[in-house]
Amino acid sequence: MNSPFRYKQLIQLTLAYFRQIIREPGVLFWGIAFPILMSLGLGLAFTKKADIFRDVAWIKTQNIPASQEGSLIRTFLEEHQAKAEKDKDGNLYYRLTILNDKLGNTTFTFRIMDWQKAMVMLKRGNLTMIIGENNGKIEYHFDPLNPDAQLIYLKLSDLFQNPSVLTQNSNPDIKPLTVTGTRYIDFLVPGLIAMGVMMSIMWGISYEIIDNRAKKLLRRMVATPMKKSHYLIALITVRIGMNFVESGFLFLFTWLAFGIKVQGSVTALLTIFMAGNISFAGIAIFMSSHTAKTEIGNGLINLVSMPMMVLSGIFFSYHNFPDWSQSIIQKFPLTMLADGVRSVFIEGAGFAEITIPTLILAGIGIIFFIAGLKIFRWH
Amino acid sequence: MPQENPVIEVKNVVKSFKTVQAVRGVNLRIFQGQFVALLGPNGAGKTTLVEMIEGIQKPDEGEIYILGKKWKGNDDELRKIIGLSLQETRFIDKLTVRETIKLFASFFELDDARGEEIISIVGLEEKKKSYVVNLSGGQRQRLALGIALLNNPKILLLDEPTTGLDPNARREIWAILQGLKIRSQTSMILTTHYMEEAEKLCDHIVIIDNGLILREGTLKELLSDENAGQPGTGRHSKVSNLDDLFTVLTGRHLHE
Repeated sequence: MNSPFRYKQLIQLTLAYFRQIIREPGVLFWGIAFPILMSLGLGLAFTKKADIFRDVAWIKTQNIPASQEGSLIRTFLEEHQAKAEKDKDGNLYYRLTILNDKLGNTTFTFRIMDWQKAMVMLKRGNLTMIIGENNGKIEYHFDPLNPDAQLIYLKLSDLFQNPSVLTQNSNPDIKPLTVTGTRYIDFLVPGLIAMGVMMSIMWGISYEIIDNRAKKLLRRMVATPMKKSHYLIALITVRIGMNFVESGFLFLFTWLAFGIKVQGSVTALLTIFMAGNISFAGIAIFMSSHTAKTEIGNGLINLVSMPMMVLSGIFFSYHNFPDWSQSIIQKFPLTMLADGVRSVFIEGAGFAEITIPTLILAGIGIIFFIAGLKIFRWH
Repeated sequence: MPQENPVIEVKNVVKSFKTVQAVRGVNLRIFQGQFVALLGPNGAGKTTLVEMIEGIQKPDEGEIYILGKKWKGNDDELRKIIGLSLQETRFIDKLTVRETIKLFASFFELDDARGEEIISIVGLEEKKKSYVVNLSGGQRQRLALGIALLNNPKILLLDEPTTGLDPNARREIWAILQGLKIRSQTSMILTTHYMEEAEKLCDHIVIIDNGLILREGTLKELLSDENAGQPGTGRHSKVSNLDDLFTVLTGRHLHE
């Protein structure tokens, strides 16, 4: 009974928290189904050649009948067999499609309207570009900081200057990269795995502890000869075990659906995955060490997880952020985990490449775990 | 009560929280088999006193002995002989009654047979496969009491175990505790602000208010106390029940 290790307690605690998870359909949905749906949605969105449809406001010139104004644009559209139709309000519009087997087709709908109406539609996000004519030249009105508007401008101006794009149908100079590791889905899946580890541990351990404290279950448990360490070991074990299952399902699905492969060492992948789990488990214990209010717990968990989720390059590379910020972002545990997992998945990395991030992640976990235990409130 | 060594001895205990003095020099001796009620209104200091006896709060001054031992250095040993039920404990929602009992039994290294026995004692046989979240308030409190009794405790600490329960559920809890008194030598401290509960279950009643013990004794002793007059008035009056006594002692009702 005085042994530092009490198997019966540990087994029952582990079973209890495992049962709690598998009996909660919501937990299984958010842990397993949601990441799979996210990978499916984003994977399809970024791996299929998507057609682009954009509305463009074509401004009437003052005091000129609609049938005569905008002659340069009208002439261009009619010359190139743009399809003229009327919308449900009886307004005329033209539709023109640039066919392209590499980049996907782009269809522009040129809607004739006045400036005021065009501005209203632009503010509502119904269109990103307004065109008109001035002194025989086409003018483009758009927000130059909007990447979509930039793209539309480049496509439209190219179209008006070089109408051959309409019949070109292909760009022989574009050589699509389709090998495993270079697609968006290859970038995305390691990020989703890393994010899943963080979210699962932060909510599964931090929130569970705070909730147990709030409902006085912690106090009730420590009034028995339960080993306090066994409570924490059981919670962490169950959560890490579930992370292996959840990540396994995500990998299995993306392997079947998108042909995702681990190009580097599987053992190295498991090692950095485990280090990531340790890191977030330590942070989770620290964050939940004191409060007994679930509302404060929510805030603390979001305080830690939200900035990392946005900045750590889960969905898009953090290299798009300013240079000065990147060295900070690279030190986030989630960035280290995502970069490490990604390097094994798509760069073929092995132990040599992941040793440093693995040690740092494990170190972060241990430091936070010890600090958390120092200030831990059991009741 | 036989004057052997007390099971619990509280000596000149003082406890403050920031500016509030919750317990102000309390002395208390509880003997084997004695059921003691700590009777007082909210904020009287009952729970703080029980938490110090339970070992989760440390007194600022004074000493507490459990079977002659202090908490310091004897934590593991003392936890094995204490049973505890709080006013409101919520267990793991998606565990069944039997799994919850089994979890707590594992903390005391007890076998499944003891768990089944406890389920029977607290009358939850029909609910043993139900999830805790689906139990009524009374059933949940019976489960909490069952868990408190798992280890055949020498000391049972019950902090307002029937607060918020309907009369039927309250009587079910009383029946379990009356059965325990008949068949065991467990000593019990029950905090309550229900006078009827103290009268029915306990053979020693301690009236506490503002962190001080105002009176203690058996129900008969308290009601026949010639000194139960209003402090400072010099008047002496007989009282017919504990509520009246409390009013005479403090000028307030128990439920205020």
